[in-house]
Amino acid sequence: MLGLQAFFFYIFAFIAVGAALMVVFSRNPVHSVLFLILTFVAAAGLFLLAGAEFLALILIVVYVGAVAILFLFVVMMLDLDFGRIKQGALEYAPFGLIIGVVLLAELIIAATGSVYEPEIVANTAMPMPPLSVMSNIEALGSVLYTRYILFFQLAGLILFVAMIGAIVLTLRHKAGLKRQSIPAQVARNPATAIEVRKVESGRGI
Amino acid sequence: MTDFFSFYVWPGLIILAQSVLFLVVLLVLIAYILLADRKVWAAVQNRRGPNVVGPWGLFQSFADLLKFVLKEPVVPASSDKVVFLLAPLVAVTLALATFAVVPVADGWVIADINIGILYVFAISSLEVYGVIMGGWASNSKYAFLGALRSAAQMVSYEVSIGFVIVTVLLCVGSLNLSHIVLAQQTGFGTMIGLPNTFLDWHWLGLFPMFIVFFISALAETNRPPFDLPEAESELVAGFMVEYGSTPYMMFMLGEYAAITLMCCLTTILFLGGWLPPFNFAPFTWVPGVIWFLAKVALVFFMFAMVKAFVPRYRYDQLMRLGWKVFLPLSLAMVVIVAFVLQLFGWGAVAVAA
Repeated sequence: MLGLQAFFFYIFAFIAVGAALMVVFSRNPVHSVLFLILTFVAAAGLFLLAGAEFLALILIVVYVGAVAILFLFVVMMLDLDFGRIKQGALEYAPFGLIIGVVLLAELIIAATGSVYEPEIVANTAMPMPPLSVMSNIEALGSVLYTRYILFFQLAGLILFVAMIGAIVLTLRHKAGLKRQSIPAQVARNPATAIEVRKVESGRGI
Repeated sequence: MTDFFSFYVWPGLIILAQSVLFLVVLLVLIAYILLADRKVWAAVQNRRGPNVVGPWGLFQSFADLLKFVLKEPVVPASSDKVVFLLAPLVAVTLALATFAVVPVADGWVIADINIGILYVFAISSLEVYGVIMGGWASNSKYAFLGALRSAAQMVSYEVSIGFVIVTVLLCVGSLNLSHIVLAQQTGFGTMIGLPNTFLDWHWLGLFPMFIVFFISALAETNRPPFDLPEAESELVAGFMVEYGSTPYMMFMLGEYAAITLMCCLTTILFLGGWLPPFNFAPFTWVPGVIWFLAKVALVFFMFAMVKAFVPRYRYDQLMRLGWKVFLPLSLAMVVIVAFVLQLFGWGAVAVAA
């Protein structure tokens, strides 16, 4: 079985890396976003190969199905001039370099942790039972809603506050704006909606 | 080497053969669903509908297919050509890929995976890309407006579809589509002492959700009365205004495949899948796949009737319905269903071997 898994791993990995490079290098911003979506899908394939089928599909539903669509929306409507943006790119290069180095260091530490600090890794309890005992979703749900319920709720609360903040920042109350009120429209009857007047001929209302 | 053959090649070939057979049957079915759509629409308007090609117009869809394939594909000069041609491919491939997990009878499913419903939800959330890519790549204002409308519409109604699916999952306790069907062998009817009948299916137990799902399915597949992305009177043909010949046909095929999928999903989630309406003698003789197809046809008939006699929604009404009516309703229903299940015991997971 390993041969086929390795085969698919390399396919998805190459697609993911290639598409990620194309996100940076393609000239058209909309193409960049489309390549970003391809990267997400390839990453979902890698998750599937790792046995995390729930994460894979949630990645597709949330990131590809919702976040990337909004992203695509914005990029399509903004009519970005990429040439002008790239002129100023050199100023930000040091920051980008620092962030890249930090990320790389973190990745190396995470990947080689078992070599340098074997006791810490060994003491870290595996939060999930093996896949043969419990399916991925059951395991994730039982961990998320029991042991880490506080963190889960806090994360949800932070997102909620962020959403309300975004709404409050963009909400403007304009005076004299006519709004449609569905209940008011439905509640109208002939008595309130129509006024019958006796019009004298030749005078108008 | 024998291991290689017995592990990879033969199972692979069997899956391939099953998939091809399934796709052929599905495409023929879609051809007739398209015809049925036109016939129902015609009958409501006191017309005859297509009746020239073949007896009662039965071969009309195949004639249309030939016509589209033989036409010259026109790609607008100012369009983004790769994305332009990729969009219909994306639409049709994703729509057909979803059927891999749809169980048409007990054990009759290409991929019996444990996260079937999530897979369907994930892939159908990608279907909007065909629309957006087509609308943007056309480099036309009408097509772009249509794509924007449809993206907002499909994303909005996905939310309520997701919550409806969650209520069903709470009752079933499994994400496997076959388990969802089998869980409908017990329900309201058996609770009051009747044998297993159509009263056990989820449409009764989760009644408001059935309606919400049906309407959301109409909106998700851009069917009338929610066909704003292709509102002829305002946007000519919406996102596919620049398309002709085979690419147009693929959009059409993808759309009808998505509609068929929504009919199948309504059947599986709420109408007991392949289960007979009465689980005793004369009804159990009919094979499950016949019951499944009959229910799909019934749901599609409702789709077609809605198309025939409901006027198109205005865009703000559509958004209001999705975000201000369906979202709170389905969210409340998730809480209520979880509460009821917690009080009266969670439904036993009907896992058949």
